[in-house]
Amino acid sequence: MAINIDAMNRMDEPSREILGLSRTHLTAFVVLLLVAAVAPFFVYPVFLMKVMCFALFACAFNLLLGFGRLLSFGHAAYFGSASYISAHAAKVWGLTPELSILAGVFVAAILGAVIGALAVRRQGIYFAMVTLAFAQMVYFFALQAPFTGGEDGIQSVPRGDLFGVVSLTSDFSLYWVVLAITFFGLFAIHRIVFSPFGQVLKAIRENEARAMSLGHRVNLYKVSVFVMSAALSGLAGATKAQVFQVATLSDVHWSMSGEVVLMTLLGGMGTLFGPVAGAAAIISMQSFLAPFGAWLTVIHGVIFVVAVLMFREGIVGVLNKRLKLSL
Amino acid sequence: MAELIGIPAQAIFGQLLLGLINGSFYAMLSVGLAVIFGLLNITNFAHGAQYMLGAFVSWMLLHYLGIGYWWALLLAPIIVAVLGILIERLLISHLSGLDHLYGFLLTFGVALIIQGLLRNLYPVSSLPYSIPQALTGGQNLGFMFLPNYRGWVIIASLTMCIATWVIIEKTNLGAYLRAANENPTMLGAFGVDVPRLVTLTYGFGVALAAFAGVLAAPIYSVSPNMGADLIVVVFAVVVIGGMGSIIGAIVTGFSLGLIEGFAKVFYPQGSSVVIFVIMAIVLLIKPAGLFGRTV
Repeated sequence: MAINIDAMNRMDEPSREILGLSRTHLTAFVVLLLVAAVAPFFVYPVFLMKVMCFALFACAFNLLLGFGRLLSFGHAAYFGSASYISAHAAKVWGLTPELSILAGVFVAAILGAVIGALAVRRQGIYFAMVTLAFAQMVYFFALQAPFTGGEDGIQSVPRGDLFGVVSLTSDFSLYWVVLAITFFGLFAIHRIVFSPFGQVLKAIRENEARAMSLGHRVNLYKVSVFVMSAALSGLAGATKAQVFQVATLSDVHWSMSGEVVLMTLLGGMGTLFGPVAGAAAIISMQSFLAPFGAWLTVIHGVIFVVAVLMFREGIVGVLNKRLKLSL
Repeated sequence: MAELIGIPAQAIFGQLLLGLINGSFYAMLSVGLAVIFGLLNITNFAHGAQYMLGAFVSWMLLHYLGIGYWWALLLAPIIVAVLGILIERLLISHLSGLDHLYGFLLTFGVALIIQGLLRNLYPVSSLPYSIPQALTGGQNLGFMFLPNYRGWVIIASLTMCIATWVIIEKTNLGAYLRAANENPTMLGAFGVDVPRLVTLTYGFGVALAAFAGVLAAPIYSVSPNMGADLIVVVFAVVVIGGMGSIIGAIVTGFSLGLIEGFAKVFYPQGSSVVIFVIMAIVLLIKPAGLFGRTV
């Protein structure tokens, strides 16, 4: 895997940390936060919220692929099931937005624990096939289950009042909630990667046999990071359902799993902020090229091929190399 | 003979036949995947798209050139294989030495391109392709009615699968292939053009997928999405059987088709997920897969 070892090593140096963040990362977070805070005054907030949801989704996926070297090709299962559950919770059970989202995250985490525990029993490319197959099973379930609304999905989900107090009906007020959720997720991922847990994960990624011989219970680590990744993907999916007020089959379809792989690959797998860049690029492209319909699939395919053959480090990976950074 | 646990025997055998047909396609596709994986170490995600291309090319041959089923059975695999060889030469061959997952992602991209292009060219949901004259009608076997074409599909796919097994396990060419898998440098030193062997193997695997596509054209409707959902199930089949053995792929493919047929009779709601459930059980009991030698 194309991961710049030098950059990774530089990342490990704990030079004067604030909130557990190195100076570079703190700057990056602050800049991102400022951009996100100013952006809704210039750009359509719903578009920005979509970008943030997918940025979180891609970062959660990257936690597994980039830092655990586990290619899950079925992450739509967690994104989509959380989306369905949070939509159902808000519409039928009448839960407040934060509780609906939590319900979605909870289900995604459970699903991640079950599928993850089975999938880690195989390695390499089989792992990808196992996760893809189980995600297809979740898709079939969503197609047939009584509460998911089949082909129509769950529509016109009410946005409700945050904590039962603050109305989120306007895009602008919802925007700040989505912003908070996204940055909470990104920060959590940062903490996981740079924790002792993250270091062991890195050791497993680099040399699994060695990590095992050092006494680490490799599969336990793998399942744990799988659950974290699934839960955070669920957070993204549940939030997306609140923003767009729908949960549909496309959220659980394998093409969604492919999209999140594409975002991560394009942005730079194994980098901290790459998936954010990748998600922003892909979502912008999709909305600009929306009138072209099925050509979008072709373009996705071309980006995949080009990225794999010539651009394996991704946008942020290349930036890191050029500017000697470790974003 | 009339009923079994309250279900008419006719219905049971009918579903089992359908299961056997599905199993034929699982077997052919997973054999192709196993052949490609054996030499290229690549899981060919484009396999479903290439199967779909086989069906599409035979439809185009008939529609635009008036070339019928029997010629299509020969020509379509060749045409799709040439396309596959181009893909291998231009794209896949540049991946040697990289992590396996890049091959998976690259071929996924190729699959998206092929599917997207055909969806643009033929936005209609499905195109009809009729059963060839010689295979219309059917046989009354006493306990059930067997349409000739379905019988032909099972025989043709069994023949193809066994022929592939014979080539790989029993011939000199197969010995070269197995040697190229073990030690390509050594085989090269004996004067064998290993890269060409790799390219042709990919072409052969792709041709198998396209052949399955031609067989499928009269049964399932020809549509750009016909391969996409099938390939995911075939991946599950491959996980259950393991990609290490051709015989394993054949046996697993046919038996899973049959099991799916049984499920359709006794628990129709669960029939679409039964293969995935079996995959979960196999992962719990024998993680390497039923015929797997390595993990």
